[in-house]
Amino acid sequence: MATTVAGTKPIIKTGFGGGSKPRGPNGNGSSGRNGRNAASRIQSSANRYRIGMWVAMASILMMFTALTSAYIVRSGSSNDWQPLATPRVMWLSTALIIVSSITLEIARRKLKGGFLSAQRVWLLASFALGVAFLLSQLFAWRQLVGQGIYVSSNPHSSFFYVLTATHGVHLVAGLIALLFMSMRRRVSSANEMQIAKSQAAADAMTLYWHFLDVLWIYLFVLLFFWR
Amino acid sequence: MSGETHDTHGAVHRHEAPTSFIRKYIFSLDHKVIGIQYIILALVAVLVGMTMSVLMRMNLSWPGTNWPILGTLFPGGAPDGMMTPEFYLSLVTMHGTIMVFFVLTTAPQGGFGNYFLPIQIGAEDMAFPVLNMLSFWVTFVGFVVILAAIFFSGADSTVGPIGGWTGYAPLSALPNSGPGQGMGMNLWIISIAIFCVGSLLGALNFITTLLNMRAPGMSLMRMPLTCWAWFTTAVLALLSFPVLLGGGILLLLDRTAGTSFFIPGGLYVSGVLSGTSVNFPIHTGGSPILWQHLFWFFGHPEVYIAILPGMGATSHILATFARKPVFGYRAMVFAIFAIGLLGFFVWGHHMFISGMSPYSAMTFSILTLSIGVPSAVKTFNWLGTLWGGRIRFTTPMLFSLGFVSLFVAGGITGLVLGQSSLDLPMHDTYFVTAHFHLVMGVASIFGMFAGTYFWFPKMFGRMMNERLGRIHFWITFVGVYCIFVPMHTMGIVGMPRRFAQFTEYEFLATLQPLVVFVSIAAIATVIVQILFYFNLVWSIFKGEKAGPNPWEATTLEWITDSPPPHDNFAGVIPTVYRGPYEFAVPGAPNDFILQTEPDPGTVPATEGTGNGHNGSRH
Repeated sequence: MATTVAGTKPIIKTGFGGGSKPRGPNGNGSSGRNGRNAASRIQSSANRYRIGMWVAMASILMMFTALTSAYIVRSGSSNDWQPLATPRVMWLSTALIIVSSITLEIARRKLKGGFLSAQRVWLLASFALGVAFLLSQLFAWRQLVGQGIYVSSNPHSSFFYVLTATHGVHLVAGLIALLFMSMRRRVSSANEMQIAKSQAAADAMTLYWHFLDVLWIYLFVLLFFWR
Repeated sequence: MSGETHDTHGAVHRHEAPTSFIRKYIFSLDHKVIGIQYIILALVAVLVGMTMSVLMRMNLSWPGTNWPILGTLFPGGAPDGMMTPEFYLSLVTMHGTIMVFFVLTTAPQGGFGNYFLPIQIGAEDMAFPVLNMLSFWVTFVGFVVILAAIFFSGADSTVGPIGGWTGYAPLSALPNSGPGQGMGMNLWIISIAIFCVGSLLGALNFITTLLNMRAPGMSLMRMPLTCWAWFTTAVLALLSFPVLLGGGILLLLDRTAGTSFFIPGGLYVSGVLSGTSVNFPIHTGGSPILWQHLFWFFGHPEVYIAILPGMGATSHILATFARKPVFGYRAMVFAIFAIGLLGFFVWGHHMFISGMSPYSAMTFSILTLSIGVPSAVKTFNWLGTLWGGRIRFTTPMLFSLGFVSLFVAGGITGLVLGQSSLDLPMHDTYFVTAHFHLVMGVASIFGMFAGTYFWFPKMFGRMMNERLGRIHFWITFVGVYCIFVPMHTMGIVGMPRRFAQFTEYEFLATLQPLVVFVSIAAIATVIVQILFYFNLVWSIFKGEKAGPNPWEATTLEWITDSPPPHDNFAGVIPTVYRGPYEFAVPGAPNDFILQTEPDPGTVPATEGTGNGHNGSRH
């Protein structure tokens, strides 16, 4: 090693993960799509759906973090904050979304076990529960409107509508994805890539739904039980 | 290069390009076409932004002059050919918005990142091609909406809102707060919200692609520094744009739904008291500072979103033309990450004059100054890369050297402004304007110029004209210093930002010749960019033909054809055997070794020996 060469060479020798063996998979233990055998390659190629979903969730979480910080700052910045009473129907919403999360998890496991028709039933059940959740949320809105509480009435009602609507928009996206998944034609059992992909998509979708579930519980607590 | 560059699974598996014009060039799923679409978007947007800056300079330097053409084009905004102050302010706003969002965010990341990140990691395309296409077209719609803001503000005799690119509330939150703040401001917010969505889709794709689609052997620490920069940028975008989106939704509701997130009570605006008119409903208790926090939590990472890709390109190009490995590759990677990470904790330094507690100010100040450490690591490593190299002064190299120079010149004043005691008097003066234009504006653009001259042969199969490139470089380089160095002086004297003219201020009268000098330099610099556009278009058709590797570089984009085929590597996934910058390796036949080249004979190909070659495990 001549002294004129600075940089990569010596550093590769000293650090961790300086590179994999010539033909190994990606370095640093990363399960890239480039494992030696076809099965692991297919698996890691399908993995992009799971990775993408985690990344997307980080981004959505960031938006709700921003809204939360606005909520907390705004609630302390003046004395016009009049907390709403918890609409009773929101307990129902909460129950519905928790149950939908469970049914979707069952659907995911059915797919993993290869029980495709059972999976479709549980998917549709989750879809119906998701729609019921949205209707229940809408009902809460209608109730509040009936009491004359609008988005501009006071800061708490403003945040109530903003947070429930933002959550609802994300849930609608999830419903569309669910519908798309349940209407997809059955993949041929011979095509390993297709199977891996549909399993990964189902995993990602379920993950997203659980995320929306937990997010709703968090928002419910923030809106009505914080302070 | 030996034939043993691909694994067994690298059996030829080609993807053909779609043949219909619309699928191939308009709604293309090919990351290369999408990258070029982003670059074209930026090239168009930058013309709008530059034109606006020239108009502003004209108004600043020659007060009282009648510009008949202005009077014809904007009869309301420039009656008798003389701009109204509101018209000037709307120029400031739209110049900033278009440049920051549609030029500095699109070209470096969406453009070059889209084109070269998949190729440099040995992937056939992005992880989610459909999202990639959506990301561009959503961004395009955002651009159309911001242009609509220019035209819909015509009734107000402006070219858009007058609140600056930061959209501070309550000015931005009240439709009746001034000309341009009505429909123009609504469209401005909607455009930015759309842009946020487009950028988020892009960031999601970049991160997943980089994590999931690297070629065999392309470990993280073998990636070119450009990939690290694009990756970090994507992480920043992913975590900062949602905050702006959330804030934007609240701002839009304040304007349209009568909420009071950012609007305090008891405001008396344009002769109307809050609550006494249907156009100005009652507002209570909102916090304008809250908007500043949300905006700058996004705004500061946004600065790094603009410049990090330029840093990556500079590292890449300096190593290539100094014919030396990047000095301290690993330190460069950690420095990029450190800059990105710290960028999330320093937003308060934009708000020192908002009345924040001195203790908060001190915290933000210390964190801000600490960014100087990774920045210095990068700068010294660039110098270390150049040290003792056999430098080839090509146009991309000149622009990269220019980047280093501008980054230092603009960054050093960041250390000044990062201290609240110094920021307090200098905030809202031209000192700040000079600082951020040098470092986030011009330095980023220099990074992109370098990238354009460097990668053009790969993108279009032809070289750009070197002579024109050099003329372009030298005039631009001297020009931007002539524009922005005097602005520091003006700022220290106390010349305020965002003033349409300075005719009323006696203490600024002595600076007027300097103002004129800056304007002349600006106009000259803008005119020289015609050379760049000409060179770009001319070279696509008439440039000298380029081979696959005209610069004798080492990374994966140079192993494939110029331009690359639809699936980048003609169906063969490359296998990577070494780090990205193996230049001037002693004993090697050439002074560069491609990443795909296994070591000839000296080392058994299956087993790393730990002598550095093959980068074996330890």
